[in-house]
Amino acid sequence: MSSSQAAPSGESPGEPNHTLRFTVIWVVATLIAMPLVIFVIGPLLGPGNGSEQASGQGSDYTVLAATATPVLTLVVLYLLYSVIFFRQPKGAALEGPALRGHARVQTTWIIVTSLIVLGVAVFGTVRLEAGYGAGSGSGPNPLTVPKGPKLPVQVIAQQWLFTYRYPTYGGVETTHLVLPVNEWIELHVTSIDVIHSFWAYQLGVKADANPGVDNVVFVKPTKLGTFNVRCAELCGLWHGYMSDKGQVVRPTAFASWIQQAQKTFAPATKVLAPYSKTYLPEPTRRGE
Amino acid sequence: MSTTTGAASIPQPTRRPLWRRLLGFNLLTAVILGVGGYYFGWWIGHLINGPSFEYESATDENDVALLLGYVFGVVGFLIGLGFANYPVSRLLGRPASLREKESEGIGRYFGLCTDHKVVGLQYLVGIGVFFFIGGLNAMLIRAELLHPVPTFVGPGQYLSLVGMHGTMMMGMMTSGVLGPFANYFVPIMIGARRMAFPRIEALTFWLLMAAGFILVSTIFFGGFPTGWTGYEPLNDEAVMGMDSYIVFFALVGISMALLGLNMIATIITMRAPGMTWSRLPIFVWSVFATAILMVLAAPTLIATLLMAALDRTINTSFFVTGGGGSSYLFENLFWFFGHPEVYVLALPGFGIVLELLPVFTRKPLWGYRLAVSGMLGVTLLSFFVWQHHLFVSGINADLRPFYMLSTEIISIPTGFIFLCVMGTLWKARISFSVPMLFCLAWTFNFLIGGLSGVVLSDVPTDTGLHGSFFVMAHFHYTIMGGLIFSFFAAIYYWVPKMTGLRFNEMLAKWHFWLMFIFFNSTFLPLFALGLRGMPRRVSTYEASLQGLNVWVSISAFVLGFSMLIFLFNVVYSLIFVREPAEANPWRSKSIEWQLPTPIPVNNFEQIPVFDSDPYDYGTPQQALPGGGQPAPAGA
Repeated sequence: MSSSQAAPSGESPGEPNHTLRFTVIWVVATLIAMPLVIFVIGPLLGPGNGSEQASGQGSDYTVLAATATPVLTLVVLYLLYSVIFFRQPKGAALEGPALRGHARVQTTWIIVTSLIVLGVAVFGTVRLEAGYGAGSGSGPNPLTVPKGPKLPVQVIAQQWLFTYRYPTYGGVETTHLVLPVNEWIELHVTSIDVIHSFWAYQLGVKADANPGVDNVVFVKPTKLGTFNVRCAELCGLWHGYMSDKGQVVRPTAFASWIQQAQKTFAPATKVLAPYSKTYLPEPTRRGE
Repeated sequence: MSTTTGAASIPQPTRRPLWRRLLGFNLLTAVILGVGGYYFGWWIGHLINGPSFEYESATDENDVALLLGYVFGVVGFLIGLGFANYPVSRLLGRPASLREKESEGIGRYFGLCTDHKVVGLQYLVGIGVFFFIGGLNAMLIRAELLHPVPTFVGPGQYLSLVGMHGTMMMGMMTSGVLGPFANYFVPIMIGARRMAFPRIEALTFWLLMAAGFILVSTIFFGGFPTGWTGYEPLNDEAVMGMDSYIVFFALVGISMALLGLNMIATIITMRAPGMTWSRLPIFVWSVFATAILMVLAAPTLIATLLMAALDRTINTSFFVTGGGGSSYLFENLFWFFGHPEVYVLALPGFGIVLELLPVFTRKPLWGYRLAVSGMLGVTLLSFFVWQHHLFVSGINADLRPFYMLSTEIISIPTGFIFLCVMGTLWKARISFSVPMLFCLAWTFNFLIGGLSGVVLSDVPTDTGLHGSFFVMAHFHYTIMGGLIFSFFAAIYYWVPKMTGLRFNEMLAKWHFWLMFIFFNSTFLPLFALGLRGMPRRVSTYEASLQGLNVWVSISAFVLGFSMLIFLFNVVYSLIFVREPAEANPWRSKSIEWQLPTPIPVNNFEQIPVFDSDPYDYGTPQQALPGGGQPAPAGA
């Protein structure tokens, strides 16, 4: 970046060329750090490859970490360089050069940082919208919707558990989330009391559950196995205990599981409120 | 060396007897009237709202009574301190005066005093006390998190601790720099004898103290379960301790708005001749920017909390779904205040670091105008980013690219500050005094805070991180690593001027190194914990995360211990040893260091005339090749 030009005045004789020396150090360090960040650290950052969204977030972490690396090395190495080479000699009271700015350095800095920032913002926007919300709660009417069939599942949050309704299977309500692999799932997250947040870690899904709000998330699980569900918004006394394990299974296993669930919960389904995008919340006032 | 306490021993010929001195407007009267007012409000509340509601009479929960108790208590406290005297005497037609400024002796630190230097020290000590209470809460939180299952506090107590820690820090530390250091030094730096509104200045301090006391009193009413954000409808559902939160934050909001107004008025109208905007010390610029944020953001908070209080007491439904309200409304309003608020915490740090760097590098501030535009840019942009706190909430989801962009753009003006820091360090003659160490640490910490913020501003990655320990680590890097490090830089730099006494340097260095190392050792692993899926505000977590959590807790305890070293240094150096400080130990060219210690009540015999900014360091360069920028006018 621009500070490589931060030699705002002529070098005094006898002093090393700090600009050149620091630039070399910075470039070399960045060249060493970059592959480490891209190939070693980056892949550790994401939530894994439990879904297309989770994998997508994983590569986004890598891109952002790689973008941040030259900035990090620049400032940290610059601090170290200054601390080592720009000291006041012991017992001396020397004055530094009276530099008050450098127009070219400042202009370069503004242009370069602006370009990086705009690049990051465009990248984020593309990844968000082309990724159908990238696993985030995208409100009742998401801007982009994946084509083809989707399995709708409603996530109902309440103090202090999540339940799940499958409207295409007679509105059956279960206490654990089971999803078929490699199919688009359309989660409708809502709450019947306070604000919660549905967080399925390995799926890269997070969506706040607000009372009276239908918050839609698209996710396509790609890996069989269990995933952790946790509430990610403080929701009262037992918030810390509001967790669950969900499962991603083969489509055939899902079909038999949902049939079984329909049978088991049939008596409960009969007395449940009819399926709806939101439910009028229970009164939350004390004493009512 | 006669200092603040010196006057107490001066024999006063007309000293009145003790009982007569205790009678009148002072802290004792204030406490008595405060307690009286509290019980009066409580009594009225029960009269209005007591036995008529089954629930309230069954549980002894009465929000109306508690809220009225707090309000009347605060009013009584302020009247007892003497805040009503001046308006009343003006109403009676008596002439204007600044009588409160003339009091002397140590007693003036315990009452209404309109000397900005007294208020500054009052703030420093008062905020310090609450900072330590908030810090103790953090220690208890980390002790609980040593184990993945609750050990010594229940889930309700845990939430109370989390809420108290967050609210105390976010509320009290908003004035952490402006209260002590801006009140004390801004008038001096701009060549004024006082603040524009000296009584309002005193009022902001005492309001804040009343607020802090009210927040602590929440433990008698069951605490509050919402954390510092106070989200509805959980807020509506919570027990009476929630009212303490509401009154606390509303009082903090009033105090902030008044403090900000006072600063803006002072900086605009009371600059001495020659103190042009382009010569204003950069610290004063940062105070100006912060004050603008305070004035514009705090009223939103006050109004929001009033709505919350009405929802809780007379059953309005601003935030009740199904009654016409919305839980989104609270989130929206809260963060409309809340995001500028976090820049209220960050900006003074920019100012302190840039103010101190020239002194310890023996160079002028590099890029003065860039720094000013950086601060003003942050101020403006911070009002356009608040919905990035709600990326996964589903609110205005189509606007997310805009908030992503605005949030990332705010890193451009923040980058200006970094460039100015780096430019000032270039070819400098750095002396590693303790304030300078804290400034260098600030640069590193805020860099980590800023870069982690970019990951959070990106919606896809924020999806995983929202509400996790990653967020927690991020804002501790910006607030603790930013604000608190610069706060300590300011303490070590300016307290020798404020008290005339010097700190023990060895203890100060121990404090710095322990704090810097263990701050990073505490909060860096929290990024990893957040990435591994550990949410905030829970006392239960997966057993596999225990190792890192134990590491963090132990680091946090050492971090807490470093604060005890500081406390010990304060008591040891400023109370017991009392070694006088040099007149200008840092060879600063700023005007406050040219004044005698202690600074006279009216600061200047004659109002000074400024002909340069305070950064006249360094040996002038013969030529400035390659687009070198000439010094600002008058330098």
